[in-house]
Amino acid sequence: MKARIHVYLKPGVLDPQGAAVAGALKNLGFDEVENARQGKLIELDLSGDDADAAKTRVEDMCKKLLANPVIENFTVEMD
Amino acid sequence: MKSAVIVFPGSNCDRDAAMAIEKVTGTAPTMVWHQETALPDGTEFVMLPGGFSYGDYLRCGAMAGVSHIIPAVKAHAEDGKPLLGVCNGFQVLIETGLLPGALMRNASLHFVCEKSPLTIENGNTQFTSRYGSTRDVIIPVAHHDGNYFADDETLDRIESEGQVVFRYARNPNGSARDIAGIINEGGNVMGMMPHPERAIDADHGGTDGLAVFESILGSA
Repeated sequence: MKARIHVYLKPGVLDPQGAAVAGALKNLGFDEVENARQGKLIELDLSGDDADAAKTRVEDMCKKLLANPVIENFTVEMD
Repeated sequence: MKSAVIVFPGSNCDRDAAMAIEKVTGTAPTMVWHQETALPDGTEFVMLPGGFSYGDYLRCGAMAGVSHIIPAVKAHAEDGKPLLGVCNGFQVLIETGLLPGALMRNASLHFVCEKSPLTIENGNTQFTSRYGSTRDVIIPVAHHDGNYFADDETLDRIESEGQVVFRYARNPNGSARDIAGIINEGGNVMGMMPHPERAIDADHGGTDGLAVFESILGSA
């Protein structure tokens, strides 16, 4: 089983790296870029076959380590 | 006072911290490796040093914040004993939840390394009492992720409770309200991005950091 975790900054939290990415894309002529936000993608290979139970565990992992709840949100997709 | 410095893989200010403590107390602290699960008996002061623990993987301080020694460090803090985190140590204190807020990438995206003029906002803590009436000091900063963030409610609360201890006079990293160092509600856990242990010797550019150690360790 695979879990795919997106960790991204909460709305309203300043993302200087995303702003730098947007600026660099504009410099390359991609004028349609209005904003960029940068996050993380974490993939986990998991043992077991109960996807619902595994997802609950992964959400616990996010709260305890993978995301910082002060500044970040996360989503979990199970494959 | 019996002291301990916690050493993580990637710590690089641990020896500076030990020098500063020894300069004030005359006794070298015990260096405690992160895989230990207990502090030496009788430890009265713990310092989390600067550096790049675990290569700053995931988030600065995140891995160190869940290492084996941390439950003992938390218990030390919960007993009301003094705990100081500098730079990466501040990031670890934030990640363990012992201090509020978050430390994000510098707004400029640049690593900053400079002598930073600071204002002492609260001289009545056990970490700043020896500054007396001094309010303006210069202590070096050296970090990439020192941009202090917290929601407005948290910022208002720590401001009104006197928990903002150091403020930048020339904000190097975009920190909310120029915050450079904060203390917990109990007044025994302080985190700061500037490095007081790098400002303890006139031959090395200044002594403005020495009073932090004199305040906690109670001599000189």
